[in-house]
Amino acid sequence: MNRILLILNRFIRLYYDGFRDMPNWGRKVWIIIIIKLFIMFALLKIFFFHDFLKSKYDNDKQRSEYVRDQLINSPATHD
Amino acid sequence: MIDNFDMSLVDWSRAQFALTAIYHWIFVPLTLGLSFILAIMESIYVKTGNEEWKRITRFWMTLFGINFAIGIATGIILEFEFGTNWSNYSWFVGDIFGAPLAVEGILAFFLESTFVVVMFFGWSKVSKKFHLTSTWLVAVGANLSALWILVANAWMQHPVGMIFNPETARNEMVNFWAVIFNQVAVDKFLHTISSGFLLASMFVLSISSWFLIRKREQIMAKRSILIAGIFGLLSSLLVAFTGDSSARTISQVQPVKFASMEALYEGKTNAGLVAFGFLKDSDKKIGSKTVKDFAIKIEIPGLLSVLTGGDKDAYVPGLKDHIDGNVERKIMATPEKMERGKYALGVLQLYSRARMTKDKEQIESIKGIFNDKDFQTNYFRYFGYASVLSPEDVIPNVSVTFYSFHLMVMLGFIFLLIFAMALYFLFRDEIADKRWFLWIVLFSLPLPYIASELGWILTEVGRQPWIIQDLMNVSGAVSQIKTGSVITTFILFAVLFTGLLISEISIMIKQIKTGPRH
Repeated sequence: MNRILLILNRFIRLYYDGFRDMPNWGRKVWIIIIIKLFIMFALLKIFFFHDFLKSKYDNDKQRSEYVRDQLINSPATHD
Repeated sequence: MIDNFDMSLVDWSRAQFALTAIYHWIFVPLTLGLSFILAIMESIYVKTGNEEWKRITRFWMTLFGINFAIGIATGIILEFEFGTNWSNYSWFVGDIFGAPLAVEGILAFFLESTFVVVMFFGWSKVSKKFHLTSTWLVAVGANLSALWILVANAWMQHPVGMIFNPETARNEMVNFWAVIFNQVAVDKFLHTISSGFLLASMFVLSISSWFLIRKREQIMAKRSILIAGIFGLLSSLLVAFTGDSSARTISQVQPVKFASMEALYEGKTNAGLVAFGFLKDSDKKIGSKTVKDFAIKIEIPGLLSVLTGGDKDAYVPGLKDHIDGNVERKIMATPEKMERGKYALGVLQLYSRARMTKDKEQIESIKGIFNDKDFQTNYFRYFGYASVLSPEDVIPNVSVTFYSFHLMVMLGFIFLLIFAMALYFLFRDEIADKRWFLWIVLFSLPLPYIASELGWILTEVGRQPWIIQDLMNVSGAVSQIKTGSVITTFILFAVLFTGLLISEISIMIKQIKTGPRH
């Protein structure tokens, strides 16, 4: 048990010291990562990227029927 | 057919997916290749104990870290698009796409949260050997993570190992190994990772050339050129070998794409491989489609027949063979495929009607048809042809397919030459004096990125009009959402990705100018 706690402690220290002693470029890319993830998940996903079938139909049976209908009436594609 | 179908919705959805995939692919190949270069450099450090190798490894690891961090999660946007813009497709592919993507997500999460952290934060915290193991695991893990998405893409080029269930309107995986060891998947994985190795080698070579031009960090630059030169040369050969294997597989499973890659309209024996060519408008036609012809071409006689069929007398079918059919060569005409596709569609319509009338006997009987091997092999495999209006509509854009293929191959040979010359000059200890060569290498940095993107353009444009070869066309895959919404997100993505790319380039340039500090 003590050994596991020791390993866990070393692992946490690795993260803690790593972030604390991070060079300037590391801080910059972390800011970019946070901004990027915020834009992706808090803006794009919530406001623009709803799951089309989940938002339109309540259950998988209805979704299957809808897609089957789409397959039967599929329009042609140009190149 | 769906009335008033808005084709601009299809085009904007395509454009958006192309934009995000192309931008995403700017970041990925460098991660795939540079991770192995780091592992090799660190191995030399651990083996020799020479601190200069540690310094070199840490410098390239900084650039790896910038690229890795900026590129991280850019692929998730593609998954957003699957659910929103391509819902019919996402539903139709079922667990075949879902399972590999889930494995990729889990692998990436564990990789990023453990070994990448040890690699960056663990230099003075863990033993040399443990650190080296982490670096190798990052390299292997990153490449294995790419395997799954490539398997999913390979299935779109050559769907195998599944049965369509009319009740759920989904394809269900019945043979996992057939999906994984699909010949297209094997070729695609090896060709893609080796092209990533090549790209990373050119990246290291180009930046090392800059140091030599500036007469800075000469030992680091020369040692980096040694590793990148050898790794790049071997990767170039692997790229050529796997590219040849890929082309041969395409000639069998996507013959229309293959004929378009070579702009081969009439099939022939002793077919030549076009080494260089320009296409021009012509008055030739296949059906109602005007075809382009060669304004100029340099051909290696018989080589296409040899590469695809093993000898120069092998017949290589042209686009006309695939559209009109060729009884002598046992090539089915597209109108026949359209009839078979319509038959399969008719069975699905019968199933749909039986469900509406709740005719249980009929429902079970039709389910049996979908499970029948003969129906799957001879009819359902042409399901997508039911929505083809004219046979010539199955021909992709020949100009884009031809040029992307030939430019990619031409660039591949240029890289081979650059790596060979770099090693030659290095072993003769002349590389620092060959400034003309160093400048060429420096300005060649964008070329492997272009080649890599051309490979994907060939893969995806060459498969048109299909999203899943022969089974589903692109229009049938698109969600019925507002075109304006797709245009808005297209612009948002263009701004976001351009911002990320500018950030990456500016942070990298700053770090390169700073040089190794450790």
